[in-house]
Amino acid sequence: MDKFRMVFQFLQSNQESFMSGICGIMALASAQLYSAFDFNCPCLPRYNLAYGLGVLLVPPLILFLLGFVLNNNVSMLAEEWRRPQGQRQKDAAVLRYMFCSMVQRAMIAPAVWVSVTLLDGKCITCAFCTSLPVEALGNASHRGLPQGEVKRVLARIPCKEIYDGQELIANEVAVRYLRCISQALGWCFVLLMTTLAFLVRSLRPCFTQAVFLKSRYWSHYIDIERKLFDETCAEHAKSFAKVCIQQFFQGMSKDLTATHCHPPRKAPTDAGEASEKLLGITDWDTMNIALKSWHRCKPPLHLHPDAPHSSNGWAGEWQPHTQPHTQPPAPRREAVVYYSGV
Amino acid sequence: MDRFRMIFQYFQSNSESVMNGICGLLALASVKIYTCLDFSCPCLPHYNMAYGLGIMFVPPIALFLCGLILNRQSLVMLEEWRRPQGHRRKDLAVIRYMCCSIMQRAMVAPAVWIVVTLLDGKCLICAFSGSVDPKKFVGFANATLAQAQEMLSRVPCKEDELMRNSTSRRAVSRYLRCWSQALGWSILLILIIAVFLARWLAPCFNQAALLQTRHWSNYIDIEQKIFEETCCEHSRLFAHQCILHFFESMRKEIRQHSFDLPREKEGEEDLLQGITDRDQVNKLLKMWYYEKPPLDVSQVTHRHPLGQERSPPPCAGSCGARSKFTQHTHM
Repeated sequence: MDKFRMVFQFLQSNQESFMSGICGIMALASAQLYSAFDFNCPCLPRYNLAYGLGVLLVPPLILFLLGFVLNNNVSMLAEEWRRPQGQRQKDAAVLRYMFCSMVQRAMIAPAVWVSVTLLDGKCITCAFCTSLPVEALGNASHRGLPQGEVKRVLARIPCKEIYDGQELIANEVAVRYLRCISQALGWCFVLLMTTLAFLVRSLRPCFTQAVFLKSRYWSHYIDIERKLFDETCAEHAKSFAKVCIQQFFQGMSKDLTATHCHPPRKAPTDAGEASEKLLGITDWDTMNIALKSWHRCKPPLHLHPDAPHSSNGWAGEWQPHTQPHTQPPAPRREAVVYYSGV
Repeated sequence: MDRFRMIFQYFQSNSESVMNGICGLLALASVKIYTCLDFSCPCLPHYNMAYGLGIMFVPPIALFLCGLILNRQSLVMLEEWRRPQGHRRKDLAVIRYMCCSIMQRAMVAPAVWIVVTLLDGKCLICAFSGSVDPKKFVGFANATLAQAQEMLSRVPCKEDELMRNSTSRRAVSRYLRCWSQALGWSILLILIIAVFLARWLAPCFNQAALLQTRHWSNYIDIEQKIFEETCCEHSRLFAHQCILHFFESMRKEIRQHSFDLPREKEGEEDLLQGITDRDQVNKLLKMWYYEKPPLDVSQVTHRHPLGQERSPPPCAGSCGARSKFTQHTHM
């Protein structure tokens, strides 16, 4: 427990390096995904543009949404945004901070995908090969082909094996030209993204440092509070279950001794804890009855404070319990049902 | 746990080595990106220069900005520079020192990129093949100016059908590569000499002031880390207290309505904090969502988490009259 707390603190306080690590991993995953992807340009006039732009723009959108889905803090943000105000005011600055940091992290993988795609060049070559300036690069007047035919020939540029327009415009010339444009766009995009990131990071301390410190503290607080509450509830549930089951076995054992008229068999004091833990159930039939009872009629979710002491309310009634409210003595009944309307 | 504490302390005290590590990683990344990059010169008259110089200078700018972004100390320096003076004087020498060390580290990856580009030679061949004097080379000397320009701009493309077996193309290529590598090695030599001089001569000038500024820049860095760590610890304790008080107030309310005599708590039941019923648990969870407790753990005994008038519980019959929970009575 303590070790987890230390790790938690370390990661929390070294949030910068943790988050940089996560961003680096996402960037690498995105690059790896691109290289694993098998790009197949259709080499048909209208399909090229759709396919090329689709591969350029649709995966980044998916990666962006995936970045949100995989981020655990999304549910925290949604919960904080939608909760009723109650006794605790809501701070819009904190919500904004949480949202901004999530968006920033989710944008890394799409940005890497777009950069890698543009720098590689295949997408742009596929998408824009029909828009080549043939007059500048090749012989436009050669063979006097109609527009549609020219477009059909140009569309085959990415597929070298079936390209038949070598006299119109050389395949290598066209590919080099398109790839050059694509890489120029790619590097401009990379420069733009890094400049934006740099501005966002460096302008913040100049203007809104105090608000930033406040928002960061309270967003950490909300996160930690939620985790601690879950932890506390889990511990409570464990204790609840333990007591519930203990009371079940004790009730079972008491009922058996009552119905079978056996004197309650006290375990001999020198037999140690092991026989105490048997809770009075010491043979095959009894265990089977206990198990069947556990399956057919689970005890109510209501722990009796002094069940260990009283043994008079249960005689002969260890067959299916239906009304938990009929068992406890009267004054407590009211306390039980008092909240049943909630 | 001890090991974690040691690692933690190591990172705290050695932010320099962390930054050096990041700097090295960026340099390696820049080499890797260059080798992965598929360099394809357009081999067209006006595009060559733009492409070649673009590949040589735009990625270093992006790498420099990356180096600044990834360096934690740049944020620390900016905060120190922009903070209001308050009770603590600002020392410009410290800020200058931090700025210098950040810039030095951020310049490593761009320098590596430029040197690798020059040593490889492709960029310079692409950019300056059109600017070579055609008369120096046998194959181009007889052509007209326009034709020579056209042919020269195709020199970087080995597979081009016009230039595939041209010896003049290879001659131009070798010539430009020779220049490129000479430039690359010269720049490398100059940079290393500059770094060498800076490190060896620095102790001769003003060593005491240097020691002071280095100490205080380290101090500012560590102070900020410890502040963040303390805030984290504080928010954890705050949350813990807040939740405990919430459970406590739930238990008090339950006890108020249920007439239990206070009894000895035993073992597991102590941990249950008086919440021993499905309905009670449901109510607690619902309360947690609909009315989170206020962020105020100073007042332990005077809280009314239900936010309503609480009447003192007189007796069984009229107890629930003003509560918002319905009462079922089994008579």
